[in-house]
Amino acid sequence: MKEIFEILEQNARATPEQISTMVDKPVKEVEKTIKQAEKDGTIVKYKTIINWPKLGKEDVWALIEVRVAPQRGVGFDAIAERIYQFPEVYSAYLVSGTYDLAILMRGKNMQEISSFVNEKLAPLEQVQSTVTHFLLKRYKENGETFHLPKETNRRLPVTL
Amino acid sequence: MLNTKSTATKARDSLISQKVATLPPSGIRKFFDLLSSVEDVISLSIGEPDFVTPWHVREAGIYSLEKGYTMYTSNSGMPELRRELAHYLEVRYGVSYHPEHEILITTGSSEGLDLAMRAIINPGDEVIIPDPCYVAYPADIILAGGVPILVPTNEENNFVIRTTDIEARITKQTKAILIGYPANPTGAIMSKKEADAIAALAKKYDLLVISDEIYARLVYGVEHICFPSLPGMKERTILISGFSKSHAMTGWRIGYVAAERRFIQALTKIHQYTMLSAPTMAQMAAIEALRNGEVEIERMVQEYNRRRRLMVKRLNEIGLSCFEPKGAFYAFPSIKATGMNSEEFAEKLLVEEEVAVVPGTAFGPCGEGFVRCCYATSLPDIEEALRRMDRFIRKSGLNTV
Repeated sequence: MKEIFEILEQNARATPEQISTMVDKPVKEVEKTIKQAEKDGTIVKYKTIINWPKLGKEDVWALIEVRVAPQRGVGFDAIAERIYQFPEVYSAYLVSGTYDLAILMRGKNMQEISSFVNEKLAPLEQVQSTVTHFLLKRYKENGETFHLPKETNRRLPVTL
Repeated sequence: MLNTKSTATKARDSLISQKVATLPPSGIRKFFDLLSSVEDVISLSIGEPDFVTPWHVREAGIYSLEKGYTMYTSNSGMPELRRELAHYLEVRYGVSYHPEHEILITTGSSEGLDLAMRAIINPGDEVIIPDPCYVAYPADIILAGGVPILVPTNEENNFVIRTTDIEARITKQTKAILIGYPANPTGAIMSKKEADAIAALAKKYDLLVISDEIYARLVYGVEHICFPSLPGMKERTILISGFSKSHAMTGWRIGYVAAERRFIQALTKIHQYTMLSAPTMAQMAAIEALRNGEVEIERMVQEYNRRRRLMVKRLNEIGLSCFEPKGAFYAFPSIKATGMNSEEFAEKLLVEEEVAVVPGTAFGPCGEGFVRCCYATSLPDIEEALRRMDRFIRKSGLNTV
């Protein structure tokens, strides 16, 4: 069962027929498992990884460290929710260490990010401080590398 | 492999040893040349993993260079690596080798095979091999002055040599049986029962067994039978293996031989005059591979298994009946239904649909009627290749079932 999701995680376009062959289970069973997982939220969404800079679209990304005051009863969750609901926030994590929330955000330009921090994030009552790191270069994301040449093309065409 | 027709080379160069001059080049040279002239080929004719060596292993190799491990090691290989190997073979297969006297680190398993042949063969000695088999088997036997004796195998006997067929070919000159399971090119594995039968035969006729187990880790849904682990077989088996297939380390050239002391001593004699020692960097990387490589092996095996199922299923669907390969990364479908011979099939497929497969005849006369398709290739490439093969077969209007 787990294997079906491992395959989909690597390739969202794998068809139930293909998966059924790969895991040696009936197509019907695979289809049922996927349907069920889509329904119960095991499969959250199917997305595509795009290398945007290739299309000349250069978003600005920032990693923001946020120190916040936890609240009685809800800890960090309530303030985290206040923050991650903003569509500008791409990812949000509660982390251990010298700050509490790690926010990854995407903007059209630096201006957009700085106004988000200045006008939306920093003024929140529970937010004690923020440190904004602009991303300079992306090497690897979601397990995919952007700059390495394809490693598979180095074999001789025939070896016995 | 040996194409007897091309043996009679014209105008033999007297400066080249006769043995080498008459040793035919790999039987499908023509096919290779053709292949290099076709662009955009999807190649199913490769005999190595498409994975790059796992990073932790590569990193260990880099570190060894940083630290300046650039000198020879002892002829037998680094003691640490031999200890790791002894431990590995003991834990995994329950066969114990003394790390100091019973293991030799070689420059790939190919060197081990060559050493073994040279160390055991007297002129005219016969070595029994399966047909089809890996191309180096007969060549190494001939170069060592021996005579390869081919034992036919086919789908009916799961491409494993049958003892009755071996027995029929045993003579006073028979010295050894050279087997390699999981097998290249068929993907066949050897069951416990089949292995036991060969073991019994080896005892009965006092034969050596050279067991090439380079694909040992690439088995699907079955346990690999390590030949020397069979009762009474350690003393008459030379085990040859390496890291190329299990750890995707083909280019590092690192392998090993495990056998009783008298054999290892003999092999080491040749090794010390020819190779001296296996590459030091590769030995350091191999230590890391043995210590921390299991997770990556499992990942690769799982991935191969998915591709294997896809390829075998699709081959059967398009009318090329395919025996279920349970090891290595090859499928060996029959192309008899197309009415073509292996070379013709491979050449036409290459020219018309730009898919490269290896004619079975490259691996021996019994490979006729088959082609070798390697599934160590990305899933999309396998799918596309099979689409093209399907089109090829239908276009040719062939009498497939």
